[in-house]
Parts: sequence; C-alpha cells; structure tokens
Amino acid sequence: MEDRELRSIIEALLFVSQEPITLERIMNIAEMGDRGRTLAAIKEIKEEYFKNGHGLQIVEVAGGYQMVTRAEFAPWIKRLEKITTPSRLSRSALEVLAIIAYKQPIVRSEIEAIRGVDSTGVIKTLLERRLIKIMGRKDIIGRPIMYGVTKGFLNAFGLKDLSELPSLKEFSDIASTGQANWVDEAMGNDTV
Amino acid sequence: MSYRVKLEVFEGPLDLLLHLIKKNEINIYDIPIAVITKQYLDYIDFIRSLNLDIGGEFLVMAATLIQIKSRMLLPATESEDDDEEDDPREELVARLLEYRKYKEAAGIIGERGETWCNIFRREQVPAIKGEGDFTISDISLFDLIDALQKVMERAPDASSMEIILDELSVKDKISVILERLNNQDSITFASLFETDKTRSAIVVTFLALLELIRLSLVYAQQLEECGIIRIFKKSNSGGGDGGQGAEIYN
Repeated sequence: MEDRELRSIIEALLFVSQEPITLERIMNIAEMGDRGRTLAAIKEIKEEYFKNGHGLQIVEVAGGYQMVTRAEFAPWIKRLEKITTPSRLSRSALEVLAIIAYKQPIVRSEIEAIRGVDSTGVIKTLLERRLIKIMGRKDIIGRPIMYGVTKGFLNAFGLKDLSELPSLKEFSDIASTGQANWVDEAMGNDTV
Repeated sequence: MSYRVKLEVFEGPLDLLLHLIKKNEINIYDIPIAVITKQYLDYIDFIRSLNLDIGGEFLVMAATLIQIKSRMLLPATESEDDDEEDDPREELVARLLEYRKYKEAAGIIGERGETWCNIFRREQVPAIKGEGDFTISDISLFDLIDALQKVMERAPDASSMEIILDELSVKDKISVILERLNNQDSITFASLFETDKTRSAIVVTFLALLELIRLSLVYAQQLEECGIIRIFKKSNSGGGDGGQGAEIYN
C-alpha cells in the first residue's frame, strides 16, 4: 500500500469514527502491520492539516486519535442550529472531578474529607453528565460506592489519558510556563 | 435604586480559610491562629447578619479554630504517651494543603475544559438544548413487572420451610449483574434469575436491576416480536451531557 493511500484511508476513518480510534484499530482496519509507518502517516495528516490552516485538526484524546475542529472556529460552529456547548461546570464540580480523577477509585466520604463539604449533589451532577462513573463498591463496612472518571471526561478535557493530568503541586505558584503549554496544546499549537 | 453586593461564595470552611490565608498573605505553615480565627468568625457573623444560612460545616470549623487557639495558649503538657500533635495546628494545615492541591488542579483542568468546549467532534455533536436528558425508552416499569411475574410463577413454592442463609444482598447482586455485562454485551432478563432459588432471591435480583437502571448503568429493551427483554450495559464514552436514558416512567 502506498503512503498516499494509507494516509487517505486513515483520514477517512478519522472522519467517520465517532469515538477516538486507537492506533491498533487503525492498523487492523487498514491491514497495516507496520506500526512505524502508520504512526508516520498519522503524523503527516496532522501536519498537513496544521500547515494548511484547516478548520479541522487531529488530536490524541482518550487513548486514541480523533478528528476535531480547531478551537478558533467555535464562534462560527456555534451558529449552526442546534449546536450547544455543555454548560460550564461549577467550581465545586471541578474540584470534585479533579479529586476523583487523581484518586480514583474513591468513595464519597473520602471526597468530602478533602473538601470539607457535602458533595452528594455535585457527584450526582457529574454522574448525570457522564463525567464520572461508578466503579463498584469498596470492600469495607457500609460497602460505599467508588467513583472514577469516564472516557467522556478525557474527551471533554482533551486528555489522552490520566497521565496528562497536571501534576499536583504543593506550592501555590504553579510554573506559568507549564500552564501556558497546556492551553497552547489544546489550541493545537503543539510542536508537531 | 438597588445595590448589588458582591459576596464571595465559599465552597466550604476550607475554601474560606484558604481565601483568608491568601488575602492576608499568611504563611500557611505558620498560621497566626488568633488572627485567622477572628477573621473567620467575622465572616460568619457577616453572613448571618445578612440573614443567609450558613452550613453546619462552617460552624464545626469555627469550633475547631477556637479549640486550636485555646490549645496554643495552654502550656505544653508533659504526658508520656502524648499522641496529640505537638502543634495543634498541624492537622488543620495538612487538611488545607491537601485541599489546596486539588483546588489548584481543578483550576487548571477547568481552563483546559474551557478551551476544549470550543472544540467539536463528529459524534452526537450537540446535546440538543431543551430536549432533556432522557429519550423515551423502549420499556416501561410495568413491562418489567410483567416479566417478573412470569419469572415468579416458575419459582419454587414459598411454602417450603427451608431457611436459606447466605442469600445475596441487593448490593451483591448489582455487582454480579455488572460483572456479567462486562463479559457480554447484553443478557436476557430471564437469565438474571437463573441462580435464584427462592422467591425472595428473585425479588432481590429484580431490585438490583431497578437500581442499576436508576443509576443509569444499564438499560433494558424489549424485542417486539417475541417479547424477550434484554439488559444492556450503558456505555460510558461520549463527552458532555445528554445520554440515552433508560428512564422508567410510570
């Protein structure tokens, strides 16, 4: 298979796929055993889109690749009928979400111990928004429910996997460069 | 003429304390407890003076602060098994640091979310506003109860005097069902009750199923032709809100 064809196949798959698609799956479908070649092809598509100012970009999120729009075109996209962005999460929701993301699986009482406030309502909201899920019950007295984050969470925040969470710092001044990189990456300005 | 007052809303006592610490540029590792306690109590008073409710946890913290303050005033005790921390503030500081860690992480994640909510993917792109979170499900509670009745009919008579110990609880049954769905895409309603030997066990299983539906972990569908009901696991993927509901409507 020629490189050109491989790239086109991958591009088509990325377009159609509603979920992030893993490298393995791409290789499977394209019947391409060469991992390096496949990765190179994906990289080329990424670069091509980036260099030519496409409205779309290829990102690595939730363990796979996905074709998504570039953030700067959001204003126009939102003019499309029926497009709504999910409502913003409240501060407490983000806090609970962060705690769960870092400490999963975790039970409600542990979350509340960290925050010092009742978190039942927030947990319910996060469950409804499919950002967290029930991971079973902890094997202690009371058998409380354990929570963890979903793929939807990774998707919504543009994370490849949990390792992409910012590292927890003890000190309040987080290196400003670190933060800037984050936002840059999300905008698609990562070093290709 | 109306005045708008901007009131800082704090998530909880720890949040408030961190705010006070930051505002006063206090070293969190050496908190002047008297100062902090006074400011904290002032804030509580202020809220109450506005006739707003203040959560119980705020009051608990107030008591804690006062207790720490008084402990700091007392001379150090010399008991042998002194299992109390040397510094009465230690525990509070540890809690504050822990909370702050996640608070800041939450801030960064939030920012990331802001950017990413401007990025769209091809999936069920929008949660259509106003349509609500549920779609009409294919099966109603009554259908499930009908099906349950059929299962009950086949159950052994309740007149036997055998007392069976070690019956699984609803919680256990929930785990069992989830486990089965991990290995299979869907299971039939009837198969849920295969291992149930008594009527009460059947009821337990049924309750477990209802709970799982309520928690939006599974959903049920009925095939029109033969009336067989299948239970499916709800997939977790998909960003944003709006989901396929398995709302049971009565």
